[in-house]
Amino acid sequence: MTLALDRPRRRLFLSPGQAAVALAIGLFLLAFLVVPVATVMYVAFTEKGTGAFTLVNFLDFARTDLFVTSFRNSMYVSTMSVVVASALALPLAYITTRFEFRGALIIQTLGFVPLIMPPFAGAVAMQLIFGRNGSLNLLLDDAFGFKIPLMEGLNGVVFVQALHYFPFILVNLSAALRNIDRAMEEAAQNLGCSGFRLFRRIVFPLALPGYLAGASLVFVKVFDDLATPLLLNVKDMLAPQAYLRVTSIGIADPMGYVIAVVLIVVSVLAMWLSARAVKSGDYATTQRGGGGLARRRMRTWESAIAYAAVSFILLLVLSPHLGLALLSFATVWSFSPLPDGYTAAHYARVLGESSVYIKNTIVYAALAATIDIVIGGAIAYLVLRTKLIGRDLLDWAASAALAVPGVVLGIGYLRTFYGVTLPDGRPLATLWIMIVLALAIRRLPYALRACHAALQQISVSLEEAAENLGATKARTVRRIVAPLMAGGILAGFISSFATAAVELSATLMLVQSNSDAPLAYGLYVFMQSPAGRGPGAALGVIAVLIVGVCTYLSHLVIERGQRQRGAAGAEVKS
Amino acid sequence: MLLSRRLAVGAALAFAVLAGGAQAQAPSGKVTVITSFSKDVTDPFKKAFEKAYPGTTLEVQNRNTNAAVKYIEETKGNNQTDLMWASAPDAFEVLKGKKLLQSFKPSATGIPDKIGAFPINDPDGAYFGFAASGYGIMWNERYVKGNKLPEPKEWQDLAKPAYFDHVSIAAPSRSGTTHLTIETILQGEGWAKGWRAIKEMGGNFRQVTERSFGVPDAVNSGQVGYGVVIDFFAFSAQASGFPVKFVYPTVTTIVPANVAIVANAPNRAGAEAFINYLLSPQGQEVLLEPSIRRLPINPAVYAKAPEGYPNPFKDATLGARVKFDVDVSEARTAAVDALFDQLVTFQLDGLKAATKAIHEADAALAKKDNAQARALVSEARDLIAAMPVTDAQAASPEIRGAFTGGKEKGARQAELEQQWAAFAKEKYAQAKAKAEEAAKLAR
Repeated sequence: MTLALDRPRRRLFLSPGQAAVALAIGLFLLAFLVVPVATVMYVAFTEKGTGAFTLVNFLDFARTDLFVTSFRNSMYVSTMSVVVASALALPLAYITTRFEFRGALIIQTLGFVPLIMPPFAGAVAMQLIFGRNGSLNLLLDDAFGFKIPLMEGLNGVVFVQALHYFPFILVNLSAALRNIDRAMEEAAQNLGCSGFRLFRRIVFPLALPGYLAGASLVFVKVFDDLATPLLLNVKDMLAPQAYLRVTSIGIADPMGYVIAVVLIVVSVLAMWLSARAVKSGDYATTQRGGGGLARRRMRTWESAIAYAAVSFILLLVLSPHLGLALLSFATVWSFSPLPDGYTAAHYARVLGESSVYIKNTIVYAALAATIDIVIGGAIAYLVLRTKLIGRDLLDWAASAALAVPGVVLGIGYLRTFYGVTLPDGRPLATLWIMIVLALAIRRLPYALRACHAALQQISVSLEEAAENLGATKARTVRRIVAPLMAGGILAGFISSFATAAVELSATLMLVQSNSDAPLAYGLYVFMQSPAGRGPGAALGVIAVLIVGVCTYLSHLVIERGQRQRGAAGAEVKS
Repeated sequence: MLLSRRLAVGAALAFAVLAGGAQAQAPSGKVTVITSFSKDVTDPFKKAFEKAYPGTTLEVQNRNTNAAVKYIEETKGNNQTDLMWASAPDAFEVLKGKKLLQSFKPSATGIPDKIGAFPINDPDGAYFGFAASGYGIMWNERYVKGNKLPEPKEWQDLAKPAYFDHVSIAAPSRSGTTHLTIETILQGEGWAKGWRAIKEMGGNFRQVTERSFGVPDAVNSGQVGYGVVIDFFAFSAQASGFPVKFVYPTVTTIVPANVAIVANAPNRAGAEAFINYLLSPQGQEVLLEPSIRRLPINPAVYAKAPEGYPNPFKDATLGARVKFDVDVSEARTAAVDALFDQLVTFQLDGLKAATKAIHEADAALAKKDNAQARALVSEARDLIAAMPVTDAQAASPEIRGAFTGGKEKGARQAELEQQWAAFAKEKYAQAKAKAEEAAKLAR
């Protein structure tokens, strides 16, 4: 990177406060991630029946064709998903942050919605739209006599995963684009650089930490995701194999845990590689008054193309949700492009009992996301700004949470905390706060990556300046670092919040009573019977709306902050 | 898994003359039940039970069967659960084996020992059947009409060429109910013939889902045409208005869905009251509700059932044909599940390719006969049907030890699975080659 300060970054010295924070986070991760997971995963290293220590299970992994094929397939699907997801996210992020574009805020919000795919209901809706006998293929077959196998095989998984997870790239890349100093772009323009060259040489490289944060999340998330492959009945991938083995009764078999160990190792490795890739460069820019890139007005034909591209992408990525909405109003929908009839009865059925689910979902997801940005921000700071020994360990441990199957974490929590009784005799594991902690642990990597990327874009010289003027470390963090990271922190909050709101696998293990249950659990209960399909979809729509509204509100906050900062910059310019 | 349950019911009935006995202790408070049943099943029961026993509340915790078993196991040190309520008898057998169930003598009368060929209650009184279900084939009428497909009657029908790529099933390793279906076919037809039938049917599978409800879900929405399902999935789908039909093949078995008291239940009196209510005529009548549609185990209740309701106590063809031997089934549970997964679920592409080649060769032979080609096709079928182990081997201590983990060092589960998978892969490839050769000869 030639743009910013060329000298090696000076890390600030360690203060006792930082050590205390690091210790606290370490203990938190140890208690709620490492220990519970270890109580389950140690089985991978034992011999079945005797429990003696052995590594032969890993040899078996390498010698079993199914697992080797699964490994290869998972790698292929994850890589291709990143490629396709980038193709969807890049235009949306670029157009909405770089041009005067009406409805940019709505697009940013809508572009985020695909991440919220309610369990089961979303799957059914997806099949009804894109499946072999979904609306699209039934219409195509009727009109032209052919079908597109969108949801078949490995490429089907790539298609669905890209639709589902591209918001990770969109959110992080948009946050990064907004953070680029306008002066950089102007300097380049003054030197005669413009158009695509400007984007390729200046804008994109400066936004690289954000892009990589999103892309690595997509890669790891797809690598570890089991819901989509199972929805498409693709079983020869690693995560589904681990899940199938861990959850089958009677198979007290170490192989499921061996696969989980492999998943964790690959995930941490991918995170580490993406961190390495940006470590060598410096992405920080000093001036923070510009309020992001200058927004250019588009010419008529440009904006026609832009609107067409944006509409097409949005239609594509939102069609599962359109399907979900249709399903929630449908009487019967079977082997036909559209439902037979429409009714509001499903909403009537869920509204009475779902208010408690809605309240729980908002409370749990908001608490979990708050924990995530506090811990994620702190870890990012420790990693990037201090020389504390073991800081990378915190980073890796937190990132590894992405690869721990939810059911393993759930069982681990029961095993670790059920024996701990409260004064009134109830086990600790039955408190709803345990659900919050499990959600926080599972979604921590999202917030961590977002905070990490945001901090990478801030020049350390701003903090040095503050400290030279006599500010304490704590005050510098509060008054300088946190406000400048706001966009990234919010992106992390949204990612964690939205995905925690529809989490099911760990929740299912930990929910103790209906009054403590979140929406995803209520949805699961409905989706187990034919009569529950409509009400289940209605709950799914409610979940999407809640998260959508929260996302929109947070975007409003970001925009307002940008405008305030941008106003100052614009005045200087004119 | 399934234990024989013999005379205990009779003994239980003798004690149950005091019909109103349950009310004597006046159960009250929160009764916590863990169940795999959907809201459609639990809500009506919750309402009816709370009405019959004022002062009680039924706290329903939904978990799938596997998660429920793991949950009860993990929380036994400080148990907060009163009841376990689910279909698959093998889950209850696992819990009973780990001494996590409390035996009990219900007060209900008029419940026979057996339904079809299957005992209703556990002989030790650890768990009780409260409703019965049979297995069969469900299909989507619009899908069948749209693709001009036939309506099946028997399992063998699903192996015909017309059904290629249209059939769905849940993996027996994932669904206790499907496991029983597979085991029923194996016991009804014998090991070799049964597996041949299963794999011929398997060649037509569109998908092998990882949860029981995935099959009716896919049939309901028309993503697949036919599904191998438990009857109430089809009945309740019909009640919800989905265009589906259902048939019981002759080789089927009727098995009970169960309820049990968890050991050290915090509200024992409430748990007993719930079981007594479930088995009473009032409780049994709730099963007839359209959203539930399960078969009562009290024959007298069928008098109140709507017309056309299947009655296994009157209809002798229902489930009586196969004498289901629970001991045979138990000895090879894990092996049968793993064999199905390795030979069918994870080799589905190879199996389907070979099956398709055979169908094409058959079609070519129908036009122009050729003795040599016919022999090749027959060889190809034998290759598909070939099994890596016999039934005696499947139930042998060596193979059982590989799954449970044993002191004596045999092959590990992962090694066995790799051997079986490699065996199937090779045989299916050979079968495909032979069938293609036959098709060439016949053309």
